[in-house]
Amino acid sequence: MNILVCVKRVPAPGARINITEDGQAVDTAFLGFTVSPHEECAVEQAVQLVEKHGGEVTVLTLGPAEAEEQLRTAVSVGAAKAVLVPITESDWDPQRTAQAIASVITDLENANGKFDLVLFGNESADSCGYQVGIRVALKLGRPMVNGAKGLDIEGTIAKVRRESDAGQEIYMLPMPSAVGVKEGINLPRYPTMKGRLASKKVDVTRTESTGSVGGLKMIQLQRPPERVSNTQILGTGPEAASAVVDLLEELGVFK
Amino acid sequence: MSEFPSRAKCVVIGAGIVGNCLVGHLSKLGWTDMVLIDKGPLPNPGGSTGHASNFIFPTDHNKEMALLTLASQQQYIEHGMNNTSGGIEVARTPERMEEFNRRMTSAKAWGIDAKLLTPAEIKELVPFINEKILLGGFYTPSVSVVDSLQTGTLMRESALKAGHLQVFANTEVLDLETKNGQISAVVTNKGRIEAEYVVIACGVWSPRIAKMAGANIPLTPAVHQMADVGPIDVLQKTNAEVAFPIIRDMDTFCYERQSTGSMEVGSYAHRAIFMHPDDIPSNEASALSPTELPLTMDDFDPQMEQAIELMEMLGDAEIKYAINGLLSLTPDAMPVLGETVEVKNLWSAAAVWIKEGPGIAQLVAEWMTYGYPHLCDPHSSDISRFYPHEKTEHHIYARCDEHFNKTYGIVHPREQWASQRNMRRSPFYPREEALGATFFDARGWERPQWFASNAKLVDKFPAVCAPREHEWDARWWSPITNAEHMQMRESVGMVDLTAFNEFDFEGPGVVNFLQYVCVNNVDVPVGRSVYTPLLTPGGGFRGDLTIMRLGQEHFRVITGAFDGGRDKYWFKKYMPTDGSVTFTDMSQALCTIGVWGPNAEKTMAKATQTIDAEGKLIPFDVSQANFPYGSVRDVLIDGVPATMFRISYVGENGWEVYTRMEHGLRMWDTIAEAGKEFDIIPVGMGVYAVTGRIEKGYRLMGAELESEYTPVEAGLARPKVKSADFIGKAAYMKAREEKPAAIMCTLEILDHTSKSGIKRYPTGGNEPILTKTGERIVDAKGRVSRVTTAGMGPSLGKYLLLAYLTPEHAVEGNELRVMYMNELFPVKVARVGSQPLFDPTDARMKS
Repeated sequence: MNILVCVKRVPAPGARINITEDGQAVDTAFLGFTVSPHEECAVEQAVQLVEKHGGEVTVLTLGPAEAEEQLRTAVSVGAAKAVLVPITESDWDPQRTAQAIASVITDLENANGKFDLVLFGNESADSCGYQVGIRVALKLGRPMVNGAKGLDIEGTIAKVRRESDAGQEIYMLPMPSAVGVKEGINLPRYPTMKGRLASKKVDVTRTESTGSVGGLKMIQLQRPPERVSNTQILGTGPEAASAVVDLLEELGVFK
Repeated sequence: MSEFPSRAKCVVIGAGIVGNCLVGHLSKLGWTDMVLIDKGPLPNPGGSTGHASNFIFPTDHNKEMALLTLASQQQYIEHGMNNTSGGIEVARTPERMEEFNRRMTSAKAWGIDAKLLTPAEIKELVPFINEKILLGGFYTPSVSVVDSLQTGTLMRESALKAGHLQVFANTEVLDLETKNGQISAVVTNKGRIEAEYVVIACGVWSPRIAKMAGANIPLTPAVHQMADVGPIDVLQKTNAEVAFPIIRDMDTFCYERQSTGSMEVGSYAHRAIFMHPDDIPSNEASALSPTELPLTMDDFDPQMEQAIELMEMLGDAEIKYAINGLLSLTPDAMPVLGETVEVKNLWSAAAVWIKEGPGIAQLVAEWMTYGYPHLCDPHSSDISRFYPHEKTEHHIYARCDEHFNKTYGIVHPREQWASQRNMRRSPFYPREEALGATFFDARGWERPQWFASNAKLVDKFPAVCAPREHEWDARWWSPITNAEHMQMRESVGMVDLTAFNEFDFEGPGVVNFLQYVCVNNVDVPVGRSVYTPLLTPGGGFRGDLTIMRLGQEHFRVITGAFDGGRDKYWFKKYMPTDGSVTFTDMSQALCTIGVWGPNAEKTMAKATQTIDAEGKLIPFDVSQANFPYGSVRDVLIDGVPATMFRISYVGENGWEVYTRMEHGLRMWDTIAEAGKEFDIIPVGMGVYAVTGRIEKGYRLMGAELESEYTPVEAGLARPKVKSADFIGKAAYMKAREEKPAAIMCTLEILDHTSKSGIKRYPTGGNEPILTKTGERIVDAKGRVSRVTTAGMGPSLGKYLLLAYLTPEHAVEGNELRVMYMNELFPVKVARVGSQPLFDPTDARMKS
C-alpha cells in the first residue's frame, strides 16, 4: 500500500517561547526545528503499516527550503520518498495550504497511482488550525476521520479508532481515505545512525504549487501574561508528612 | 529557605562542578561566611556540568593538567562517585601508535598504570569493536566515569552542614559593583549582597559576568557534539552504568562511552562552532537546557559513519538524544584561574572540564586562602598570563578555531600556532626576515628560532650539526641552531630579545617595595643589577628575573615573554597604594639586542660612543675594568641613546643592549656593521633559550622553576639572606635549614640508540628519570623526577637534560635512565646543583 504523510516544520521551543521584536514570528535564533508530535506519530503509523502490509511511505511538506530537514528526518525513520512544496513566506493560511497540497497530491497520483491513505497530524504544533487535513480530504473527495488513536487495515478498509468521553468510536473508511492522527497512537521510533545516513542520499522532489489566499491572516503574535504560581513548601523529610496528609484530605484525595 | 543576605565574606557565582567544589574546599580551609548563587535550578542549573559525558582519562603530557586531573579523580573516589571502567585510546594510523609511546611515557611520569594493546587484545576487552581497522591501543585501567552533579552536591552540602554557606538557586546576577578597583557587591534579582570576595565559576557565561565588573575572562562557549544511541542489547545486558572500557577513537577525534543500555558518541572532529555568552538562551527558553542546543546534524554525519565503521552495532541503534553541547574554550586551551587583573578580589575559576574540576576547585581555594596554590604550580592556567591582544574576541575565536580539532590531536611540544601570527614584531623584523629567520611565536611576538642565512655554518661544525634521524625529534628544530651556537662561542652573535618585558618602578618607596617582593637585596648602587627569584608565600618560585637600578629611586625589572603578564600582576598586587611608587610598563617602548661571544667586546667597542665632560663624542670604554659584569651604562650607538647591561644567559661575555623601539633598526644595522669583521651572525632563540642556556645550567621560570620547588632545591640560594622582610621569607629560611628533598641536576645521555637502531633525542616534555631498573624516582614531598628541559650542549658535545633528583640519586657520575617514547636510554648525572658544565668558573663572561 502507498501512504502519504503530510508534515509541517515548526520550531522546537523550550518552556518560554520568545517572539521577535516585530511580533511577526517566533524567535528561532537558538531553536531547533521539528514537526508536531501528532505528525511524528503519523509517520510512525505509516511506517508500521508498510512494514506490515508492504508498500511505501511518501512524506510531503509545504514550507521553506529548510523544511527538507524534516523530510529527511521522516526518511531516516522509514519513509521512502520525500516531496517539498517550497514557499518563500514563513507560513500560508490553511485554505491556501490545503489547495496547494491537494493539487500536488493529485499530480502525484496522476503519475503514480492513488495513495491508499493520506495521513496528517491532528493539528500543527504552531498555529493549531485543525484545518488543513480536512480541507485536503474534502478537495480530494475522500472520507476523513480526525483524532485517530488507532489505525489498522482490514482488506480495503481503514479501521480508525478514536477516543471520546463516552468510550471508543470505531470508523471503517473505504480506501483511499484520509486520517488525522493523534499523539499516543504509537511510540515513534528515533532515527538510527544508518537511517540518518541513508536519508541524506534520498532525492527530495520539489514541486511548485499554489492556491488562492484564504481568509485567515496573522496580525501579530502576543505572549499571554505569565501565570504566577505560588509554591508553598510544606516541610522537608518526615516532618512534612502530616501537612501533606492534611492537604490531600483538603483536596478530597482521601475520602 | 533562609532570607537573602545583604552581606557575605565571599560570593561564589555558579553551582556547576567548580563552584560547588570550591565552596566545599573553602569551607574546609576556614571560610565561614559564603553564599553560592546560580541562575538555574539545583541540582542541575543548566550549565556544561549538566550534560558532560563525565569520564576521566588521566594521562596528560602537561604536568599541571595531569596533576589536577589525578587530584580530581582522587576526590571523586573519596566521594564514592568514581566508577572505574578502564579506557582505551585506539589508533588507526602509525603516527597515533607513535603518540601512544609518548603517552606511555607520560603515564609513567605521573605514576598511571597503562599498557599498549594489540588489536586482538582490544577486541577481548571490547567484543563489539571492529579491530580490523585498528593498529593498537593505549589502555588505562583507571579510566573512570564520575558523577559530577552528585559530587558537586556533596561538596556543597558539606559547606552547608558546617554552617559556612547559604545557597540560592534561580538567582540571576544582574550586576557586579566595584569600589576603588576592588569588588564590593553582587546585584541579583533576589537582592544585593556586599561581598569582600567574589568568584566567577560560571563556565560558558563567565565572560559576561566578568564584564559587569570591567574584568575580562577570555574564553568562548563552543560546541561539542554528542549523541546518545540505543538501546543496544550487549550494553543493556551488562545492567551497569558502564561495564566496557571507554573508547577514544583518537584519529577520528571521537569517543564511544557506554551509558547504561546505550552508547554516547561524542566528537571533537566537527568544525569549530562558537556562541557568544550573551546569546546563550535562558533556562526557560531552552528546549533542553541553555547549554544543550539542538544538534546540527550535517556537522555530525561524518562522525556517524566513522563510529559505525568502528562499531557496526551503532548503526542500528536509535539516536535518542543528540546535542550541540556547549563547553568553554580558551585561546591556549588551558583554564582561566586566579584573581582577575582588573578587579581586586574578583576571582575567575573558569574554562574547567569535569576531569579537572574538583582539583581546580582545591587549587583556587588554596590560592585564595594562602596567596598561592599548594596543589601544583598554576602558571599555565593563571588568568594574568594573557597579554591584551590575547583577550580580544578576535584572538579567542581564531586560536580556538585552530586548536579545537587538536583536542584529540597529536601536538608536538614545540608546535607553533598557525593563526594570529605577526601580532607583535620587533623593529628588527625586516632584517630577520631577509636573513631567512624561522619565526616562533612567543605570546604574540615573532622571535627568530634560527636563521637560514646561517645554514652554511652547518658544514663548518659538522660534528655537532648532524641531522636528527627521527622526524618527531627533528620537528620544529634545525641543526642550524647548533651551528649558530658554535659560531657565537667562537666569535660573536646578536640575538633579538625584544620580547622581554621591562617594568619601571620609581619613587621614594621603591626600595622598600622591591625588597618586599624580591628575595635578593635590591638596594645595590645605581648602575648595578640584581638577579633574583620572587617567591610565593609558601617559599616556592613565583618569578625569576633581573632588575637594573637606573637611579636612586628608579628600578627596571626585566622578565621574559612568557612571564610578563603574570609578573606584572604580581608586582602591581603588592605595590603600595599611597603613591610612593609608580609603575610604567616600558615593554612596548623598548627593544633589545643581545650581543655575546669572545668578540662581543671588540664589536661593541666599535659601535659605542659617549659624550665626555667637554661635550665631545668619544669612544665608550667597554672593558671589564670600566664596565664590569652585572653593571648598566648609558651609551650612544651611532647617535642612538642606548642602555647596555653586561649580563649573559648564554655564558658569554657581552650585553643586553636596550634602546627605544623607533631606534631599533638603526641600532641593529650599526652593531651588525661593527661585527662584520668578526663574522658576527644573528642567533636565534634555539641557542638563547636552549643550547646556550642548558650548557650553563641556567634555570627557566615555568620549567625548572615552579612554585613546587624552592631556591635551595634549584641551587639558587645565596650564601646570605638579607635582613629585610620579603614574600616567602619564613618558608625560605626554613628551607635553608632543611635537607632538600630534591636537587636540580644536569644529566647527559650516554647512548641515544633506540631499539630500532635510530638515535633519539628527547624533546624535554616531562620524560621521567628512572632508576636503572626502570623505577620512578619520587621525592619525600611526592614530586617525581622528570625532564624539565632537554637540549644539545654543542660545545660539550653532549645532549643534556635538566631534572630534579632525590639526594640519593643526585650524585655526579650516578647512572640512571630516561624514558622517551616508551624506551629507556642510559643517562649519567653530570652536575649536581647550579655550577655550569660549560665554563664552570664563568671565566668567559668576565674576561
